Amino acid sequence: MSWARRLLGVDRRIIFIFIGLGTAVPLLLPVNLPITVTPRVEAAYQTIDTLPEGSRVLISMDYEPDTMAELQPMSIAIMRHCFRKNLKVIGMTLYPAGPGLVEPAMRIAAEAEGKTRNVDYVFLGYKSGFQTVMIGLGESLRQQYPVDFYRTPLDSIPVLRGVDSYAQIDLVVNLTASSAADYWIQFAATRYRKKLVLGATAVMATDYYPYLSSRQLLGLVGGMKGAAEYEKRMDLFGDARRGMDAQSLVHVIIAILVILGNVALLAMQRSGEGGGPAGPLGGPR
Amino acid sequence: MYLGPVLVTFAVGAALIALFFIPHHQAQVVNAEILEWATVVYAFALILGSISLWNTHARKVRNRIEGWPFSLVTMATLVTVTGLGVVQGTGEGTVVYAIYQSVNAPLASTMFALLAFFIASAAFRAFRARNLEATLLLVTAVLMMIGRVSIGEFLWPGFPAFTEWLLDVPNLAAKRAIAIGVGLGAVSTGLKIILGIERSYLGRSN
Repeated sequence: MSWARRLLGVDRRIIFIFIGLGTAVPLLLPVNLPITVTPRVEAAYQTIDTLPEGSRVLISMDYEPDTMAELQPMSIAIMRHCFRKNLKVIGMTLYPAGPGLVEPAMRIAAEAEGKTRNVDYVFLGYKSGFQTVMIGLGESLRQQYPVDFYRTPLDSIPVLRGVDSYAQIDLVVNLTASSAADYWIQFAATRYRKKLVLGATAVMATDYYPYLSSRQLLGLVGGMKGAAEYEKRMDLFGDARRGMDAQSLVHVIIAILVILGNVALLAMQRSGEGGGPAGPLGGPR
Repeated sequence: MYLGPVLVTFAVGAALIALFFIPHHQAQVVNAEILEWATVVYAFALILGSISLWNTHARKVRNRIEGWPFSLVTMATLVTVTGLGVVQGTGEGTVVYAIYQSVNAPLASTMFALLAFFIASAAFRAFRARNLEATLLLVTAVLMMIGRVSIGEFLWPGFPAFTEWLLDVPNLAAKRAIAIGVGLGAVSTGLKIILGIERSYLGRSN
């Protein structure tokens, strides 16, 4: 058996070991690789940074634990930025398993910047129905959320005094791993003409690039890299920057595996061992 | 036979489209009322989903279908977590909060993290430059994988700018075309449903 055939037949558990090590080692021994802030993240940062003190920012964190590795550090970084700028934050989630992540994220960000619940921020909790809630917020916040996550009536929360719809909100930020982003663009940005910044997972970020050109989105933070860029812009060293070393190494390992696989295939074809029709990715059918 | 639901769909669909374009206060009051109804319908969908989940797993347990103990765990979890949530709430310090933080969140994250292992193995076995299209895909993927992470910049400072160009020019052109196509398709499907041409949501295609 040739070396190429042996290489292509390698036990997948060996690949798993490489990926496991590639993830664990940089997390345990961070090297802090360089990060460049891209224009999309800079635009998101500037949109928040230029808001006047006391402006109200509605942040809808529409994700669950499966994507928390990318979106939780993003939420914390963006909320810390808002708190540093003395902006008033109104947090909510449209996912039933969201409050368990959003509530601690708000608490962590507020404690880090010395802010107080109900005075500097409020967490409204979960509400079902993407479009219904988004349109409903255009009519009446109190109709959608009579009480906040802690069962406090909205009228007795100082940070919400005088706030009852998008009209009193200066910026909407959506951090999501789903099509919730489409609806925020349709309703908050387009119908109610609100400034909108999006934070999305890396895999879906490119879908929203067209909305940046149309100015329906004023900034886009994509995936863990986007979150790491945001942290760098804020001069923080959070979970996203820590995770980028691991993500970098795993990407390199996968790229090397792909190149090795193709070199082996080429060697087999030259020696008359390989062949067969191509599948959807060029691999065997 | 399905005239009633079709007429309701038409009336609600047409009304919502009209209300979208009428800024008058009275129209928006009606709009808000319809939204309240929609919220109630969503709540019922959640109950319906829970009943459906219960029935599916109860059938598995009753008939001792392979893997039925897992169904038993699902049913017990559904009852326990729902019951605790109703009695205690879900805030910090409650049992539901502890279950969520120590079981649900780590399990869901782990399931998603496993993707990295399978993607690496699949990429090694299936990503082959056997024809022009596959080669283009492969080269772009490798460049993006390296260029979009910190190590790319470490290897060549021009990498981030190059990948940004790939995303902003060829990628954006394709994405914009797809977005316009999807938008037109959504409008077409919406009109077909409102006008009663598309009735598959009623449980049959005719």
